[in-house]
Parts: sequence; C-alpha cells; structure tokens
Amino acid sequence: MANITTNPESAGGSLTARALREGFYAGIVSLGLFVLFVGLETTQNIRNELVLRQRWGLLLTFVLVAAVGRFLTVAYVRPWVAARKAAAVARVRDESAPDSFFKRNFNAIAIVALILYPILAMLIFGVQGSLKWVDNFGIQILIYVMLAWGLNIVVGLAGLLDLGYVAFYAVGAYSYALLSQHFGFSFWVLLPLAGILAAFWGMILGFPVLRLKGDYLAIVTLAFGEIIRLVLINWTEVTRGTFGISSIPKASVFGIWSFDVGAANNFAKVFGLPMSSAYYKVFLFYLILALALLTAYVTIRLRRMPVGRAWEALREDEIACRSLGINTVTTKLTAFSIGAMFGGFAGSFFAVRQGFVSPESFVFLESAIILSIVVLGGMGSLVGIAVAAAVMVGGTELLREMQFLKQIFGPDFTPELYRMLIFGLAMVIVMVWKPRGFVGSREPTAFLKERKAVSGSFTKEGHG
Amino acid sequence: MEYFIQQLVNGLTLGSIYGLIAIGYTMVYGIIGMINFAHGDIFMLGGFAALIIFLVITSIFVGLPVVILLLIMMAAAMLTAALWNWTIEKVAYRPLRGSFRLAPLITAIGMSITLSNFIQVTQGPRNKPIPPLVSSVYNVFGISIALKQIIIVLLTVILLTVFWYIVNKTSLGRAQRATEQDRKMAALLGIDVDRTISITFIMGAGLAAVAGTMYLMYYGVAVFSDGFIPGVKAFTAAVLGGIGSLPGAVIGGLLIGLIESLWSAYFTIDYKDVATFSILAIVLIFKPSGILGRPEVEKV
Repeated sequence: MANITTNPESAGGSLTARALREGFYAGIVSLGLFVLFVGLETTQNIRNELVLRQRWGLLLTFVLVAAVGRFLTVAYVRPWVAARKAAAVARVRDESAPDSFFKRNFNAIAIVALILYPILAMLIFGVQGSLKWVDNFGIQILIYVMLAWGLNIVVGLAGLLDLGYVAFYAVGAYSYALLSQHFGFSFWVLLPLAGILAAFWGMILGFPVLRLKGDYLAIVTLAFGEIIRLVLINWTEVTRGTFGISSIPKASVFGIWSFDVGAANNFAKVFGLPMSSAYYKVFLFYLILALALLTAYVTIRLRRMPVGRAWEALREDEIACRSLGINTVTTKLTAFSIGAMFGGFAGSFFAVRQGFVSPESFVFLESAIILSIVVLGGMGSLVGIAVAAAVMVGGTELLREMQFLKQIFGPDFTPELYRMLIFGLAMVIVMVWKPRGFVGSREPTAFLKERKAVSGSFTKEGHG
Repeated sequence: MEYFIQQLVNGLTLGSIYGLIAIGYTMVYGIIGMINFAHGDIFMLGGFAALIIFLVITSIFVGLPVVILLLIMMAAAMLTAALWNWTIEKVAYRPLRGSFRLAPLITAIGMSITLSNFIQVTQGPRNKPIPPLVSSVYNVFGISIALKQIIIVLLTVILLTVFWYIVNKTSLGRAQRATEQDRKMAALLGIDVDRTISITFIMGAGLAAVAGTMYLMYYGVAVFSDGFIPGVKAFTAAVLGGIGSLPGAVIGGLLIGLIESLWSAYFTIDYKDVATFSILAIVLIFKPSGILGRPEVEKV
C-alpha cells in the first residue's frame, strides 16, 4: 500500500482530517459511479420508447452512504482493527490448553445435528410447515455442500482450476432424466450409472487439457461447460432444448416404499400417516446427506492413499512430482474423473428432487458459485467448505424470508431481486476479509510425531 | 464468392469488438497475472452508460449531428467504465495482490455477478432498444457494407494504433512493460507500481467502453446480461492469441469473429458458440500458450 497509516495516538486530529478528506473523495467517486445508473432510470413508455426517470434522492442516499461509510472506516474502524491486532500479538497464546469438548467433537456433533434437523423441523413447524425449512435450507445447502466437496477434489486437492464443473452436474442430471424416461430404470440403478457417465466425461475433458496449466486450463474447462450446455439447448431431438425434461419419476426408499401418490406401497399409506409431500422431502434430505457424507468420507480416505498424496504433490509442484516418478497423466485423470463422478451423483439427485431439468440450471454462474464456495471455505478444508456453503447459499435463501424489509422499504420492495447482488458482494467482502477462506489452518495427513495444524499460507493452494 | 466476402466483413466487425474487449483482458493479465472476470461486465456497463447518455442528450438537444452524439456517448461511457474499473481494482483486487492465485479470481467473479445484478436492479431486466443511429449502407461490388461496420473497424484500427504507441513508445508504456516483467524490480527502480496498475485498468476499461458503445450502435439494444457472452468470447480471444500479447488479443478477436460468422453462414447458427469453443480447445492442445504467446519456461 502506498499510503502510510498514521499512528492514531500521536495524531488524533490529523486522523479526523484525513478521514474527512477520504470521505469526501469517496463521495465524489461514488457520485461518478452512480450518477448515470442510479440517478437515472431507463423505462419504457406506452409507445415502447425508452424514457428517463429521475431518481436524485436515491443517488444522494448512495453518495452519502459511501462518504459516511468511508469516513467511519478511516476514522474509527481501521484504528480499532489495528489496536485489536496489536493486542492479539501481545497476548501470549496458551498452546497447552486442551480444545473444548465442542471443538474436539465438532464433526460428530454436526452430523448428529444434521440427522436430527428434519425431525426437529417437523416437531416445531408441523409436518406441512417443515417443508420450507427442510427443502429450501436443508436440501438446497446440502446439494451445494456435496458439489463443492466434489469440486474440492479437483481444485483443492489436485490444484486443477476447473471453471466448468457444472457440466458434470448436467451430465448426471440428464442421464437420470433421459434413462429413467426411456428405459424406466429406477433411481437406485441410475445413481451409480450417472456417476460413471459423469466420470467418463471427466476423462474426456481430462485428456485434451493434460498439457494445459493455470488460466489456460481454466478457460478450456469453462469452454467445456458451455459446450455441454449449448449442446443440451440445441440437441432438441433428445434433450427437448430449452423446454427441458419434465415429470421425471420420483425416487423410492430402495423400492420398498414409494412416494407416488397412487402407489399401493405409498409411504404415508403404509404407515397410516396423513398424505403430505413433506415425507418425500425428508427422505430426500437424508438421501443428499448420505451422498454428501459419502463424498466427504471418500475424500478423507483418498487423501491418505497414494493417489491422494499424488494429487497434493501435483498441486504443490508438478515438476518435482514428475521427477519423483509420479505419473501425472493418471493422477490428473483420476482427479478429474472422481471429482466429476460426485458431480454426476449430485446431478442425478438434483433431477430427482426437481422432477424437471433444463439447461437453465447449468449455467456458468453455478460453476462460479460452487468454485467460490470451495475457495471461500478455505480450499480443501471440508468443514470450511460446508460452513461457506451454509453461509452463502443459506444466507441468500434467508433473504427470501425477510418480509419485514417490506415494512422498511415500502410494499414494492422485493428482497429476491437483490439476492444475487448481495451474493456477489458477499463473495468480494468475504474474500477480501479472509483471503484464505473460513478455515485458514491446514491439517497435514503425513506428520512426524503429532498432527499439528499449520497456517494455510504455508501451502501453495489448498489443504495439506 | 460475394457471400463469402460479405460474411468476412461481418466477421471482421464482430471480431473488432471482441478484440477491443480482449485487449483489456490481456493487459490486466499481463501486468498482474489475474483473469479480470468482471471485464465483460465493464463492457456491458459502458454500453449502458452510452445508452443513458444518448437518452439524456437526445432529450435536451434535438437534431444533434450523429458524429458529435457518438463522440459524447463514447466519452461518457469511457469515463464511467474507467471510474468503475479503477474503483473495482482498488476495492476488490489490490488488497489481495500478495495473496494466492485464486483469491482475486473469486473476487473478480463476485464483482462480475455484482455488476450485472446492479444494472438489473437499477435499470430493470428488460431489453433496452434505441432507434438506429447510423443506418446508411454502401454497395461495393455487390457486397453491402454498412456505415456502422466501417466505423467500428476504423475506430478499432485507430485505437489500436494509439495503444500500440502508448505501450511501446511512451514512458508510461515502459513502466507498464517493466511492471509486467518484474513487479518488485520495477518498484525498486522507482516505478509507482500501484499507479501503473491502476492506469492499466483504466485503459482496459476505456477500450471496453468503446466496444460497449459500438455494440450498442451495431445491435441497437442493451441488456444487463450482455456482459457474459461477449466477455467470455473476448477472453477466449485473448487466450487464443496468447494471453499477455497485445497484437495476439486482436488477432484472436478477429479469428473468433470470423469463425463465428463463417460458421453461422455455412453451417448451423445454433452451434456457432460450440464451434468457437471447440476451436479454442483444439488450438490450445497443439499450442498451449496461444498463437502469439511466449511459451512458459518454468525455472526450478
């Protein structure tokens, strides 16, 4: 940074002056940024011509918020943060203190809490009322957790930047949708099949990009994702294009109980419960929970196997890796195909859950969201990724619930509209605030005497 | 034959626009080694600024000459886009400069999402059509060339010359090239690295804004989601030409434009983007650092 920070104790007066000045500049800059886009609005009149509507009040609010915000940051927040940092350095950290019970058993507690979650939701909100909580929050977040854990194998462990992960998600979803409609296979047959097909596509992507590195790899994977989506849109004889495939059959509990309303072995009928779609959602919740935990388990086990160690070696240094005799071709291909396989599982789950797939669901934005969850979570830390998914996806879902905002901003205020705007801003803010992600420390799998978490800045990209 | 040349002209126009955007990608990549994913949205923002200024001007002065109108639109778009890109660099990329490679990429993607949604929220999600600005069409040996196509190609050539001059002949350009080669060494030699990087972002945004204005003039419509597809294609162009190389970006842009228009003319229009991306993949497999890119030598 070019500007020198002044010491707050010695120069209290000049700090305020500086803050005032910077606040003023921020106001000017934000005026320039927003004058066209906020101050004026283009709307169509009755003759369908564009006309301008003026919104100077709103512009003033934007400018004032920027100026005051900058002033407060410079005058109060920054000195406070600096003082806290100094205090943290001065404080001697007690390394010998054992972790609390909660911290030691965090994983077990989290899993138990997740298993109890739908039951609690049913108890608190009633069978019908739990629907929203289990579906919008539980299942939605867990899908992203699973996808991010799958992508983590490629990006976090093997260090291959993949911007087209959603392609495998699409392959999984369409293979379930098409095969179940044309051949009538059940979910439990098609789930592994979707995974295998996605893994196969992962290999197909992997072969041409073996020689590519870094950003070249990123753009080719992005292109691959776009190609898959464009083919899905344009190959209308098979995929029905943008209309998508609807009425995809539901999954059943291993064929024992079904969730089709008319079936004799309907879950609610067998147990004599009132008919509700909530049971199916709860079943789907446990299904995705099991799939996500499978992903995590496989990742943890693979990290201790030769192939996992090879991935991490590849991430840290490809040349050293090659000179040690590791076959980088198979290492890269296994990373791509195993990562893709979990994407395929998640895809077929997505098809089952929605009952409808269309290319709309597999845009680049989805890849970006999944990648950002992986990076925000700390690249390789499974817990961190889960936390990031819960914060980012759950946070934006929560926005739908904020009806009280209507009382503040007036009745035409729709919080949904601002969902992606806030998501984008949150990505920026979290990344600037914590560049190493939510969980910045790393737990090595290979260690000499005792396992010690090291700071993330010691590793090149991810976990290890 | 005439049909072929006609498609060539169309491809050249489209390619010029892609080339202008691609320069911004390639300059930023060259100087700080990051993919500025928000660049496509800066292009869209420039188009919107031009659109709004167009509405303001036409509601105040009626019957202004088109040349002056276009110049004012372009100037306003350049100013606004430059200010945005400068702010974004300062807020979202500079704090992460010493961080690991993926961090600025994520903030760039975040900024891209933010910008397109910001425009969607403030300006509405619908297409914004404007009346045609330049509509005369010339007929040369049976090939119809629109005036707007000539303007686009001519403007691209002029801007490229200016930029080539700045980068190769001025002290600012020397500072940029020095920063690109070795940032720490450049700083030791007295180059204000932060300022150089800021100026690079401003220059890139200016070109993107010109491209945005041209796009608006060519198609006569602006929409908030316009940033993504041209942005990705321009980035593809930059990579195809060899990222970090200025002439490479233009060559890549022209190639992408030509591939697109020729493919749509002779094969199906549905798969034109598939063709573009496939050719990118094929070129990179055989020439992993692009057409004009320097092969990366890895020192151990």
